[in-house]
Amino acid sequence: MFFPISNSHINPLYLVVVGFVIGILGGFFGVGGSFIAGPALRLMGVDWNFAVGTDLAHIVGKSIVAARKHRTLGNVDLKLGLIMAVGTIAGAEGGAQLIQALKRAGNVNTVVSWVAIVVYVGISVFMLWESHKTLKLHKGKSRRTQNTATSKADHSAFGPVTKKIQGMKISPMINLPTSGIRISLWIILAVAVVGGFFSGFLGGGAGYIRMPSMVYVLGVPTHLAVGTDLFEIIISASYGTFTHAIKGNVDILIALVMHTGAVIGAQIGVVATQYFAGPKIRLAFVPLPLIGAAIVIYTLVTGHKF
Amino acid sequence: MKQDAAKSLRAFAAELGVYAVLVTGYFFLVLHVLGNWLYRLETQHRVLYAFVAVLLIAGQAVVLDALTTVLFRLVRGRSK
Repeated sequence: MFFPISNSHINPLYLVVVGFVIGILGGFFGVGGSFIAGPALRLMGVDWNFAVGTDLAHIVGKSIVAARKHRTLGNVDLKLGLIMAVGTIAGAEGGAQLIQALKRAGNVNTVVSWVAIVVYVGISVFMLWESHKTLKLHKGKSRRTQNTATSKADHSAFGPVTKKIQGMKISPMINLPTSGIRISLWIILAVAVVGGFFSGFLGGGAGYIRMPSMVYVLGVPTHLAVGTDLFEIIISASYGTFTHAIKGNVDILIALVMHTGAVIGAQIGVVATQYFAGPKIRLAFVPLPLIGAAIVIYTLVTGHKF
Repeated sequence: MKQDAAKSLRAFAAELGVYAVLVTGYFFLVLHVLGNWLYRLETQHRVLYAFVAVLLIAGQAVVLDALTTVLFRLVRGRSK
């Protein structure tokens, strides 16, 4: 099938399958899946700028489907999502500005690659340690509650640090009854700005940073973090799609085709979260940033831009 | 328990089959019609194209989500 906007020939079935896989990951982990979608589009000869912009457009559609499903399961904190969207957009602008500055300095690829490797590996190692420790600590308890896999009650070995962060009384304090927490607005905004910064700096929705941050820093239960992250991604990715489209980086036809597969995948992913406890979802999340790191290392070593 | 799982799997496979037929039709009809118009919009009216792009992907998400939900209910209802 010919896509005139990006001037590329791609088999629509390939796009549907890629969308389906990313949909499952998005629904289950609350991530955009840009670390797979970008390289998958590049593999078909789509220019890098179109791969980034088109992926963002596809993320909007997939996140709408997954967030709607999560909402019916009570996994979306709308108030938290709306607050975070403001910080994310601001952070994304900051990240994009830094990219422009590095472009002018002439070393953007090296710096971004190394930052990406450190961040991806760091997240994976930390989440592996935390989820493994939490599962070990609550082994006895989880056996007793194994029959209630739908329980959203969450435990984390990082819990004491989270409690200290929640205890910081920097006004205004925000009540988030859906997530069951009370926390300073500034801490929420700081988490959102950092997530947005990495979204602008490394590309994609940066769910691999935001979802763990919501769990470990804000203390949001994992199921709610996944659903709220997806809701927040709808807003920030829509903004990203709009700005990229104006710059001529979005082939909406490719995004529409990819999205038909993502619709089914996202629904499977969302339903699957109901069968796993929070620490198990976090443990399963560990390989995702490592895949991203592996792709970056591959491009650094071979010089091949996916 | 195994029977329930098999029923769910059958219902899902049926839903997927109907969905695939509908989506294939969608590719050839809607995208074919929209393709040239979107291409012209992208080259001549970038800001309008940006608006339309966001609206299209959001609209498709809502419509396909509703479609799969209805399909799932229909197929589930029949398999019971």
